[in-house]
Amino acid sequence: MKKQLLDNASDTSLDRVDGAVKVTGTATYSAEYLVPGLVHAVLVTSTIAKGSITAIESREAEAVPGVLAVISHLNAITVPGWPERKQPAERVPVGTALRVFYDPLIYFDGQPVAMVVAGTREQAVHAASLVRVTYQQETHQTHFEKNIGKAGVALNVQRSKNSPFQDYQRGEAAKSENTEVRIEAEYTIPTQHHQPLEPHAIIAVWEADDKLTVYDKNQGVKSAQGQLAQAFKLPRENVQVISKYIGGAFGSGIRVWPHTMAAVMAAKQLKRPVKLVLGREQMFTSVGYRPYTVQKINIGATKDGRLIGIVHEGTGQTSMYEEHLERTVLASRTLYACPHVATRYRLLPLDVNTPTWMRGPGDATGMFALESAMDELAFALKMDPLEFRLKNYAESDPERNLPWSAKSLRECYELGAEKFRWNNRMQAPRSVTQNGLLMGYGMASSLYGFHRHPSKVRAVIQADGSVIVQSATMDIGPGTGTAMTRIAAKVLGVNAKKIRFELGHSALPDAPGQNGSATIPSVGSAVHVACEALKTRLVALAREMSERFKSGGQVVVRNGQVYGSVDDKDGVSYADILKYHHLNELEVTEESKSGAERDQYSMYSFGCHFVEVLVSPLTGEVRVTRVVTCADVGAIINYKTARSQSIGGVVGGIGMALMEHSEMDHRFGRYVTTDFAGYHIPVHADIPPIEVYYIDKPDVHVNPIGSKGLGEIAIVGVAAAIANAVFHATGKRVRELPITPDKLV
Amino acid sequence: MKPFQYLRPKTIAEAISMAADDPEARYIAGGTNLVDLMKRGIASPTKLIDINHLPLKKIEHRYDRLRIGALALNSEVAKHKAVVTRQPLLAQALLAGASGQLRNMATVGGNLLQRTRCSYFYDLALPCNKRKPGSGCGAEGGINRTHAIFFAGNGFGGIEKSSCLAVHPSDMCVALTAVDTVVVVNGPDGERRIQMKDFLRLSTQQPELDTNLGPGELVTAIEVLDNAFAKHSHYLKVRDRASYAFALVSVAVALQMDGGRIWDARLALGGVAHKPWRYWAIDLMLRGKAPSEQLFREVAEHEMESAKALEGNAYKIKLTSNAMVAALKTAAGIS
Repeated sequence: MKKQLLDNASDTSLDRVDGAVKVTGTATYSAEYLVPGLVHAVLVTSTIAKGSITAIESREAEAVPGVLAVISHLNAITVPGWPERKQPAERVPVGTALRVFYDPLIYFDGQPVAMVVAGTREQAVHAASLVRVTYQQETHQTHFEKNIGKAGVALNVQRSKNSPFQDYQRGEAAKSENTEVRIEAEYTIPTQHHQPLEPHAIIAVWEADDKLTVYDKNQGVKSAQGQLAQAFKLPRENVQVISKYIGGAFGSGIRVWPHTMAAVMAAKQLKRPVKLVLGREQMFTSVGYRPYTVQKINIGATKDGRLIGIVHEGTGQTSMYEEHLERTVLASRTLYACPHVATRYRLLPLDVNTPTWMRGPGDATGMFALESAMDELAFALKMDPLEFRLKNYAESDPERNLPWSAKSLRECYELGAEKFRWNNRMQAPRSVTQNGLLMGYGMASSLYGFHRHPSKVRAVIQADGSVIVQSATMDIGPGTGTAMTRIAAKVLGVNAKKIRFELGHSALPDAPGQNGSATIPSVGSAVHVACEALKTRLVALAREMSERFKSGGQVVVRNGQVYGSVDDKDGVSYADILKYHHLNELEVTEESKSGAERDQYSMYSFGCHFVEVLVSPLTGEVRVTRVVTCADVGAIINYKTARSQSIGGVVGGIGMALMEHSEMDHRFGRYVTTDFAGYHIPVHADIPPIEVYYIDKPDVHVNPIGSKGLGEIAIVGVAAAIANAVFHATGKRVRELPITPDKLV
Repeated sequence: MKPFQYLRPKTIAEAISMAADDPEARYIAGGTNLVDLMKRGIASPTKLIDINHLPLKKIEHRYDRLRIGALALNSEVAKHKAVVTRQPLLAQALLAGASGQLRNMATVGGNLLQRTRCSYFYDLALPCNKRKPGSGCGAEGGINRTHAIFFAGNGFGGIEKSSCLAVHPSDMCVALTAVDTVVVVNGPDGERRIQMKDFLRLSTQQPELDTNLGPGELVTAIEVLDNAFAKHSHYLKVRDRASYAFALVSVAVALQMDGGRIWDARLALGGVAHKPWRYWAIDLMLRGKAPSEQLFREVAEHEMESAKALEGNAYKIKLTSNAMVAALKTAAGIS
């Protein structure tokens, strides 16, 4: 670790601009706003998976000192954006988000059925334990394998011809059946939960009858604003959503979930600000999860290792009321130069809550299958897994028949292999031991589509030359503010310490939520464009001050000053420019978005991971002992925070591969691993040295900053690399995650 | 969490009198388990009697035994010189448990009284004979990957007669079960000394009772009798991650060796039964013999003949056997 930092002694990265407030506890997270008159809400959740509520006995709870209300479908306010309640209640059509406290129907175990609001959280927790709910239970179906026959094409996909989730075929579908060397296998990933350390929390404040402010943990203040405005039929500007600091989310905060609605409804009903913090066990049924998914891969190649065909089928679980679709099978169309490819994607609705996007959604799942199958096929071919991948390298996008905007995956493979010393790998599994433990090497590729959404940024220079840059973007952990500050500092030639980047407030200029690795490509571009515009304005103003600045393209900015040319010794400071023109501040707002390049190029981030494991032959315990991860994401904006993001992705991948598993007892349709003693995520002792490398070559076609997304590819493929290393160590192929000792002993 | 009364006695006698006549009173020390149980609504004591100020922290060696006060912290015991030199198995087991932060709070007495981590026990919405006698065992026919393979009276219809399939979570207790340990308790009827093997219970009857402590009794110390195992003991813990996880299986081995032969052998297993499972016959099987992997394999498999797997934990039969072999080899110093 130390060595790695020293290797980058010349690195000029910024430290996290919000690092100090975070580590000193002065950053204010959603649950921490001090709002006068605040009261506390605690949810009561269902203990059956399907049926309806027949009675709610709340008198005992209401008698607890401090309790203000017990809210349920029996007495909750009417949400104006929801249709009128039906008598008797009817199950909603597919595609309807769960309406909390709307009717007595139960769609999944853990569904909110009541909520106690009290003066203190302790009073509310105690009273919630006294609410007695009785149900009329119906037979539930939560078991994936037992219901697999009910899987089908999503209604959403049936309705949309252009859906990427339509069945896909190029070449001949059955080609992989007749190849010289062939692998057919089934891969399973269990339900896995995001479980960020900060639980989801909200404070809802009705400032007036038609004016709402929420401090809410989410990944998109603008989208939350829109969803809340729609639900309560308010003008957008009457709803403000604030989410400045987030203690991890990984996708759990992309939507407005029922608990958020519950708090807003309670605040409206009681005319008091209401705080609601989910309990750890409630986090398992309230904010989505990576869906249980079963995949079949049929993959074949010629004897000399040329891929001929891939058939990739995936079925993921969803709820009875919504369809959650993800990119599970899509990478098989794109990653390799393979002439015959077919993909099929199905959904299996069960009596569970709706899944959602979790870091590397779909791709992390799909690449576990594809890159495991590639490893199996390489072994069958007696080929080095890396050599096999290089042999089938896609020089252009085989799905869209377009050139890549840029692709340095080959360089990633080469750099990663060199740093990892992959060449030392013995081909035969179970051939290396260290202190009685079996050692294995594994690798896998990574890819993730490029996403860029229209983004607005406001850049302001103030009288003292300091700069404020604003956008309603988010930071769920990667260090958005730090990267944006770096971009602004570079364009404006201003010291980063004089720049303040503001985010996480819906009143700021419109920006997408933080998901799909889109923040740097989208908002970073807008920061660049806005700061360029501001610079242009400053230079124009400077020109009015002196002949020196009139020399066309010669003018440069640095150290917060405008210079006539690179060699110019005397510049004029931004502060002096504003002073000369009697301006208190100078402001621009710019929007940046994709253009025609989207149709001319295929755009992806790429990467690869190399993993070393040690496995105990007696106990089956797997420890990852070394990881080299290498990414091609165009230009790296801020090395230090990028590196942290890559490390975080690998840590998440280790959890996915070796530990994370939300187990359900299907007799009850209820999760039984609902705390951190039951749901294992990696601890420090599980994490080896992780070396991170970037190709760091700008992709000139994607956006003005040449930078693509990093968040997702950091995890995509890691689980496969680990499973492949475990095979190499033990000779045993585990196709069902997580790889726990019981599967190897 | 339900409202409760908080009391802070100054003497042992005062603590015991506070608990007398109130079956819902609970002593609290580090609180690393009890507070969790209270938060989840599994324990709802009327009174919390905070014993942290009682003079029960001392660790000392006297005559033929190491006496460790019930309030000695897990972290302090694990690094205490007398423990490290005389009872390294205990130190190893303690360090294999929980996390640094928890060991700094958790006491020896509390460690003895840890309740199972079975997820059915922890969820009020699910059946559990231990939490709610007569409600059924959720783990039976449910998710039981981490549950027991040894039962009360194994070989005599064990599983059928067990009303609880949960396992005891402590690492420390596995080490204490392997060697000769006495639990010293004090209560309304005065001081009692209970052999470790009789302190924790199997689940044939009354699975709600983890121990044989009487009403209002307070653990005041443990005493580990001197032994000749220090050179050849080992605690092996197999778990789902490198640290901070309960054992899938753990093995405490203590051997006395001389002249390349084994002269005394003790072995206890964790994660396999309602209490740490002592392998009583191992001494007879190893005494006088030279250590070898083959011998250890035979010995391990012999004990596993009386194990019985549930639907979800068949792997534990082989894993336990393998873990015994690995731990015995390490303790004996053979590779």
